[in-house]
Amino acid sequence: MTEPLIQLKDVHKSFGQQHVLKGASLSIQKGEVTSIIGGSGSGKSVLLKHLIGLAKPDSGEILIEGKPIGSMSKKERKALKQKFSYMFQGSALFDSMTVSENIALPLKEKTKMTSTTIKKKVDEKLQQLELQGNENKNPSQLSGGMKKRVALARALVTDPEIVLFDEPTAGLDPVKKNAVHNMISDYQRKLGFTAVVVSHEIPDIFYISQSIAMLYEGKIWFQGKPEEIQQSSDPVIQNFILGLESNNDEMNGMATTKKTQQRYQEAMVHLERHKIAFSLIILTLNNLDELNEKLGFVVSQTVLRNFVSAVRKKISITDSCSMYGLNKIMLVLSSTNLEQAREFCTKLAKEIRGNNIVDVQPYPGFCFTVSAGFAEAQKGSSFREVLKSAESSQNIFHEFRVC
Amino acid sequence: MNQETSISRNPVAALGRMVIFPVQKMGSVAIFFFKSLILIFSYPFQFSKIIQQIYFIGMKSLLVICLTGAFTGMVLGLQGYYTLSQFGSEGLLGAAVALTLIRELGPVLTAIMVIGRAGSAMAAEIGIMRISEQIDALETMDINPIRFLVSPRLAAAVISFPLLTAIFDTVGIFGGYLTGSGLLGINPGIYFSRVESSVIMQDVMGGFYKSLVFAIVVSTICCFQGYYTHLQSEGFGAKGVSLSTTSAVVISSVMVLVADYVLTTFLL
Repeated sequence: MTEPLIQLKDVHKSFGQQHVLKGASLSIQKGEVTSIIGGSGSGKSVLLKHLIGLAKPDSGEILIEGKPIGSMSKKERKALKQKFSYMFQGSALFDSMTVSENIALPLKEKTKMTSTTIKKKVDEKLQQLELQGNENKNPSQLSGGMKKRVALARALVTDPEIVLFDEPTAGLDPVKKNAVHNMISDYQRKLGFTAVVVSHEIPDIFYISQSIAMLYEGKIWFQGKPEEIQQSSDPVIQNFILGLESNNDEMNGMATTKKTQQRYQEAMVHLERHKIAFSLIILTLNNLDELNEKLGFVVSQTVLRNFVSAVRKKISITDSCSMYGLNKIMLVLSSTNLEQAREFCTKLAKEIRGNNIVDVQPYPGFCFTVSAGFAEAQKGSSFREVLKSAESSQNIFHEFRVC
Repeated sequence: MNQETSISRNPVAALGRMVIFPVQKMGSVAIFFFKSLILIFSYPFQFSKIIQQIYFIGMKSLLVICLTGAFTGMVLGLQGYYTLSQFGSEGLLGAAVALTLIRELGPVLTAIMVIGRAGSAMAAEIGIMRISEQIDALETMDINPIRFLVSPRLAAAVISFPLLTAIFDTVGIFGGYLTGSGLLGINPGIYFSRVESSVIMQDVMGGFYKSLVFAIVVSTICCFQGYYTHLQSEGFGAKGVSLSTTSAVVISSVMVLVADYVLTTFLL
């Protein structure tokens, strides 16, 4: 393992009588999305503020690229601050300035760019985040989702190396929530910055992060890959994750991963006792990124939603359907063998073509494609194994093409 | 108040607290002032922001200053006439009005009017920026919030206050003329010749120094109250902003009068 970019070592912090952080240790790898989860008031935001120096630890150390912040000279600290960007929970936009002035501010104040270069950069960001036409509005005239996007534009305009997000989706509706998650993951991949996200959104946040840290009772209770935390048998973690996971995904009415796993277990029992075969299908929406780019994040989420509702109409009540990543849907089909699964896919592809999944065409000749992978469960094989074999068999031959 | 320092439980600690707390506060106000003073001159200069603030503090206060100046002068003319006429020296009205305005009422009333108009706005605006994390946002962008928010206001106040005071004085003298000469029949020539012969440069400079000091006192206290809204012990959020605005207005008004007395003893 390479040296982490940011490392917290045994950080303590109290506010008056309140001991918020009780020895939190955390490491953040370069170029990854690390998410910090934890209950309300558990000190997630406080932890984040320590990373950028808005709060100083009572004891403990924060190392950046192996160097403790405490021992840095003023100049080094200044240089470090320029690498960081912070997106506040409440957006923290300057409400006496217009949208474009807000985005331009860090460039205007901290760089020697000419006003034309600044304008160009701001326009570029406005366009990337679909904010054109709102340049001269005041933040108070914007909706919650737009404010978040302006805040994101302001955070990204300086091309930072590390971006800290404090609950970027708080107070947004499910479609916008997913759109913001998509946005973060998309820009992170494109621009390659290191992201630290504080979030409540379980399980959505798992899809975009490479590392998850759970803050509990002032300590980092767990840090690891999203799969690891989902499979962890620690009761604290399980309680926390299950408590936040609702029974159905609020965005598209799908079951949660946990529910699907339960369904899998039930089907496995049927297979073992009654030899009733069942299959697992993974549908991947290949064009979601392209749609993000061409038409915006909200449109792509609507497409996803349309597609999911079309799929849900096709499955029976004993089947289960849930999200499995940002652009993947997982289906457990009971009493279906491999051949029937194949048939199901062909039929689905045929029927979906007529529906209006994509109501807008980003460009003439655009085709919306979905690839399907399926696998029949074998006796005794675990959920993971079947999932893997389904994923590895991404059959191009069953490609759905909706043109 | 803390349990350990409540008066009934531990009077000595309470006394100590009562002394230490204000001294500490004065110290931090002084540091705050010097920081913002030095940062006015840091490169690159914030010309456009200073001009914006001059427009807000100076230009937009003009009407209020003219009105209060006119009526203060008029009432001085009225009161002065009746007092002076008891001694048969109505001719001195010009001198009385001009000296009262230039030395005392001009700077003080200007400062108090600007506190009400611009000082409260400074405290509220900066306070809201504090509670909505806008000041933290500035810090994360490595923009010094004191330089960005306070320095332009301080510079603008130092430029605007003497000018507003001068306008107040002039309008006031004409207000005195209006009642004294227009209403009560003093010879206009005598009114203005008395003004001219009695006012010396030292009076004008005294008023000028006062207005400079008031500018510093008002802008520093109002910005300080807004800037540290989050440390208000009795209220947070919107309540905190309202408390800071109130205390900004009250403290700076009182401090203007205190500073006026101290300055007058030195200037006389």
